[in-house]
Amino acid sequence: MKPPPFDYLRADSIDEALAALHQHGGDARVLAGGQSLVPMLNMRLTRPSVLVDIMRVASLGEITTQRNELIVGAAVRQATLQQRPGLANEVPLLAAALPWVGHWQTRARGTICGSAAHADPSAEIPLCLTALGGTIRLRSRRKRRTVPAETFFAGTMLIDKDDDEMIEAVTFPMRRPNTGYAFAEVGRRHGDFAMVACAAMVDVAGIRLAVGGVADRPTARAFPLLEGSALDDALNEFAWALEARDDLHATARYRRDLVRQLGRQVIEAARS
Amino acid sequence: MTLLNQKQKHRVSFTLNGVPVEIEVAPRTLLTDALRHGLGATGTHVGCEHGVCGACTIQINGAPARACLTLAVQVEGCVVRTVEGLAPAPDQDGQYRLSILQAAFRRHHALQCGFCTAGILMSLDAFLRETPLPSVEAITEVIGGHLCRCTGYAPIIDAAMEAAAELRGDAKHV
Ligand code: FES
Ligand code: FES
Repeated sequence: MKPPPFDYLRADSIDEALAALHQHGGDARVLAGGQSLVPMLNMRLTRPSVLVDIMRVASLGEITTQRNELIVGAAVRQATLQQRPGLANEVPLLAAALPWVGHWQTRARGTICGSAAHADPSAEIPLCLTALGGTIRLRSRRKRRTVPAETFFAGTMLIDKDDDEMIEAVTFPMRRPNTGYAFAEVGRRHGDFAMVACAAMVDVAGIRLAVGGVADRPTARAFPLLEGSALDDALNEFAWALEARDDLHATARYRRDLVRQLGRQVIEAARS
Repeated sequence: MTLLNQKQKHRVSFTLNGVPVEIEVAPRTLLTDALRHGLGATGTHVGCEHGVCGACTIQINGAPARACLTLAVQVEGCVVRTVEGLAPAPDQDGQYRLSILQAAFRRHHALQCGFCTAGILMSLDAFLRETPLPSVEAITEVIGGHLCRCTGYAPIIDAAMEAAAELRGDAKHV
């Protein structure tokens, strides 16, 4: 349970980090809070030859708002965002979901963008990005591009990012008027991986429900403003479409049931 | 930019429990091993080495951190605190007193084998500093980041609540 050997590069600027990624490509990994990457290293599930520590790049530690987006830099820790005054007003879904991310102790170190880069299918931050229609801002020496969350998360720990690119920031759309948001999750214990996590966004036009922990990536679907058994049917159909599988933590059947129950719960909470 | 080669050891300087320390480590050395083997500070325990059990929890710049998920080279220039730093300075008779939190643990039998204790104390010490008036629910959530196979957690929660009251200065003493 010790990491394999690697060179360690502490970047003082984005350019230095990008130059290292340009030089080493897929052999390099960005190290931010380390709460996902270091366990992977300890278990030797990944063997990069260089780690590029970006936590001392001051400009990456910023949280800003622009037009209707909250922009969270790559070095922003989860606890820092959670403690931001007014977050519940700016991005209510995120304020509701952050207490469920890992443990209080790991949120003090882990970053928002690191969780997006790790792309665990049951993780809350990728789920929020998908539910809200957030984006991932990538940057390399060659170019900058912005990828919508819905195509960025491409499978279990699989993301639409080239080897020489790094996540510079992620963006969360801010609260829209006359829109309700809700989040709920079921796991074995608080802080464990979610068996199922649901996020809902409801306005006069309809419902958007996103589910994590079931398919190989967070998945969102839009419904009209259904109620009663029509909503049950729609949720049931969505639950089956996610193609849950049995694993160590829960059966496929239990997961489908959680999608139906939690789905309804968050939709009702977002409506009220 | 600082580039540390994997084949060599490199000097890392930081503050450990108020004292400046220096240690030579390879880039892959975990902070748990640097503390325990390099500096002999064996109060920080190691359980799972992948962030799950909480035994290795310390404080970096005042915030809780899993030492097993931290590379020693990452704490260059940081202020690190471990369980060895919890007891206040010795009294005139040269005896160390337990901190308020440690004493509450003792009164409530909040430890049995003690394996988990160092990590839990460091979490609670950081938490009570930012939350002087905690709810039982909040304490429970913080303790949820630790595994204790002995106590059943209830005495730990009692000890934390009592220590919080005493730290605020409104303790009804036992
Ligand atoms: S040893 Fe670090 S969390 Fe278990
Ligand atoms: S006292 Fe033994 S594990 Fe907690």
